[in-house]
Amino acid sequence: MRVTVVGAGPSGLYLAILLKKADPAHEVTVLERNAPDATFGWGVVFSEETLGALRDADYSTYLEITDSFARWSAIDIRYRGRVLRSTGHTFSAIRRTHLLDILQRRARALGVDLRFGVEVSTVEPADLVVAADGANSTLRRAGSFGTTSEPQGCKYVWFGTDLVFDAFTFIFARTEFGLFQVHAYPFDENASTFIVETTEETWRRAGLDRMSEEDSLAFCAELFKSDLDGHRLMSNKSVWLDFPLVRNRHWHDGNVVLLGDAAHTAHFSIGSGTKLAMEDAIALANGFTRHPSDVEQALVDYELERQPVVERFQQAAGDSAAYFGRVGHYQDLAPIQFAFNLLTRSGRISHANLTQRDPHLTRVLDSWFAGAAEPGSVAAPPMFAPLPLGGRTVRNRVVRVGGADAARAGAGLVLTGLVAVSPDGRTTPDCPVSDAWTPDVGEVHAAGALAGLRLGHAGRRGAVRESGVDVPLRDGWPLLSASPLRYAPFGAVPKEMDESDMDRVRADFVAAAERAAAAGFDVLELDLADGYLLASFLSPLSNRRGDGYGADRTRFPLSVVDAVRAVWPAERVLAARLTVTDWARGGLTVEDGIGHARALAEHGVDLVHVRAGHSTAGSRPEYRRGYLTTLSDRIRNEAGVPTLVGGYLTTQDEVNTVVAAGRADLCLFDPPPTPLEAL
Amino acid sequence: MRVGIGLPNTIPGISGALLVEWARRADAGPFSTLAVLDRLVYDSVEPFAALSAAAAVTERVGLATNIAIGPLRGAAMLAKQAVSVDALSGGRFTLGLGVGARRDDYDAAGVDRRSRGAALSEQLAYLRGRLDGSGIGPARPPVPLLVGGSSGAAFARMARYADGYAHGGGPPRAFGSAAARARAAWRDLERPGEPVLWGQGYVAFGDPDRGCDYLRDYYAFTGPFAEKIAAGNLTSARAVKDFVRGYAAEGCDELILYPTVADLDDLERLAEVVA
Repeated sequence: MRVTVVGAGPSGLYLAILLKKADPAHEVTVLERNAPDATFGWGVVFSEETLGALRDADYSTYLEITDSFARWSAIDIRYRGRVLRSTGHTFSAIRRTHLLDILQRRARALGVDLRFGVEVSTVEPADLVVAADGANSTLRRAGSFGTTSEPQGCKYVWFGTDLVFDAFTFIFARTEFGLFQVHAYPFDENASTFIVETTEETWRRAGLDRMSEEDSLAFCAELFKSDLDGHRLMSNKSVWLDFPLVRNRHWHDGNVVLLGDAAHTAHFSIGSGTKLAMEDAIALANGFTRHPSDVEQALVDYELERQPVVERFQQAAGDSAAYFGRVGHYQDLAPIQFAFNLLTRSGRISHANLTQRDPHLTRVLDSWFAGAAEPGSVAAPPMFAPLPLGGRTVRNRVVRVGGADAARAGAGLVLTGLVAVSPDGRTTPDCPVSDAWTPDVGEVHAAGALAGLRLGHAGRRGAVRESGVDVPLRDGWPLLSASPLRYAPFGAVPKEMDESDMDRVRADFVAAAERAAAAGFDVLELDLADGYLLASFLSPLSNRRGDGYGADRTRFPLSVVDAVRAVWPAERVLAARLTVTDWARGGLTVEDGIGHARALAEHGVDLVHVRAGHSTAGSRPEYRRGYLTTLSDRIRNEAGVPTLVGGYLTTQDEVNTVVAAGRADLCLFDPPPTPLEAL
Repeated sequence: MRVGIGLPNTIPGISGALLVEWARRADAGPFSTLAVLDRLVYDSVEPFAALSAAAAVTERVGLATNIAIGPLRGAAMLAKQAVSVDALSGGRFTLGLGVGARRDDYDAAGVDRRSRGAALSEQLAYLRGRLDGSGIGPARPPVPLLVGGSSGAAFARMARYADGYAHGGGPPRAFGSAAARARAAWRDLERPGEPVLWGQGYVAFGDPDRGCDYLRDYYAFTGPFAEKIAAGNLTSARAVKDFVRGYAAEGCDELILYPTVADLDDLERLAEVVA
């Protein structure tokens, strides 16, 4: 087989080695635009699993690579003048030029034809053409791969330093312009990678957009002077960049295949680019072992094996990049919580697996979270820490919807389903109405939980046949909403509320709140979510009013909150179920949601139950496990309001992780039933 | 988990006699359901017509579209076809719907492809609501509804109107991740209980190459993706058993295995493997 590899980075060289090794009859040529000793970047990181794959694929390069590794097991977090060290992680890194040197020598020894200084725009015919020419692949442009490339995360610049760190080190530096952070790690006995990162706004405020390479290096060296401890910051064509998120729908077109960064990128903050690239090379070479005479089948195997893995890393990398984009909002977190939040940012580490890696850190975290007087004393996991809220205390962080059964199953707070303020505010005919419903708060209290009542008016989502099913009743009732727009197909057009409707609904809310107080509920949750009546005023998609209630979309909902707060006992908890983004074009964004949450808090709301989507029936939710957690994180840390979050949290580990990281205060816990319960 | 079998209605050149014999044998076998695929611009038998034929020669086995491309039909006509098959089969019918992925089907049907999501939502709302009392009969108890698709909007549509989710195929792990999204959507819409989850796979025992060629042809419109679908064709008893176990472990309720060669020997072989 004749193989042309374009690009002599780690993935291209490694593939050449593996193909040539598998069958010396292959004619393998590697074309590289730069000189053999051209240097880009500094060190590259590997994880433990990757090393196993490298050992199995080619033992001799594995030996050489691992012999020159810098290895460490700690992560240092320098934050507000403290250093937090987490241990039990495994990292290794190597100088990039040294890695390339090892691979070049091995490739040459095996008989690979390496040609440097070759500008490649077209490739001579071959049986297989490999585009290993990086995120900005030139070769990729010639084929049809469904490529997208978009900037992801912060502005960053890639320096080196002669300071040898002894841990993967994150440094957070507050400046007059905003927050800067560093990702630094050693890659041999002489030097470390030192990446500086900041948001575009901070970068502009600091004037870095107008600085020369030397000036920006001087700026960073000065900013991190004490961290560098007298050592130098070194540039290697180090300019500020946007990280390009590259995706390709197809990784091969005919006999041209994409490898490494040309096929996909993963944000540098999870340090997986080189790992993924070299694993690509192994998978592609294996494809040819399985299908030696069928290029198409080998390429299909390669895609089938690698695409799901890469998708998972890109998801984690996206979460990590987004975390560093908003980390400026976490500067008030206590150091131990800040560290836990950082370590769990991409969803790959949870409370449970951090406990395996670093049991001491989670012990200290749990003890801090439980409010123990003695730091590091034994404490229950975070989900069992009581939460003072308003004038009440929830015994743990678990919320469930139901009745006394949910309380007996251990929930700290038990919420009812929707209770309508009036008959026309019902969803279905079975939906309870406040004045004709006798709750049993006593049994919930007897089981040790707080009792919460979800109070609302279904608005234009009323008069449907079944809970959650937006199919109108044949003989429904007149609906109300902010504007006369139907919710779902065949639904009735609601009446646009006038002042007298508003007065009546407000009075209904007040009367229902008084009944809830008299019934002994500890928590009253007002429903401002999911396209129901109060939510219909908040969203521009459902509020098209030309009057003052359209100009200020919060006006009517806040007037209800004020009226309820006035009669709801001060020491009891007032919560609001709030749609924080519409997940629809032209609808509320998270920034709007943060503003609404802040306004609610100013009007006496103690807790925001974070919801998203469903302001219109055509919203596009982004479902996955814990899909509301990041939204809750933003509301809690940017609006400064305690939050309750659901979003399909089904394990105790998820609850522990969410609350300990400060992404929510309470979790709606929803484990699936299991046959084990019958044992 | 129940295991059903596909009726080869989209395998080019299928004869009426073979289709009917296939249905008879499926009814006699261990299969829970006979399911059909839908495609307009292709040498295939229309799904409701195929199921009507199957209904006539079967007594026990469930019948399902998995899925039919809803928006190619008007809501009322779709409802008529669904209640007809349900009546002909004595209530054995499950209606799975999706928007499909083929531009040519929409062009041929003269239906605007851009609004296909909204059109499907409207059809589902019609089937769930308006149909009752519309005079379109025969009057039937509600036919179970499944919805397929992989976008957030599709999952929300499924949870808003349907009884369950129809996955489009792939390894068990891909099904598991879609199942989690379906359950999340179900809770998000505050539906009680759990969505019913259907999965699917392709099988060829006697002549795997022919089966893979069929898949390449059937999915040619997906471009290079067709090769990946062909690579997923299950061509040995062991592969089928692993696949069935994998789907069961991911919480699948009903797994449909579609033939890729219309050969009755493959049906018999599959019956032995899943029995």
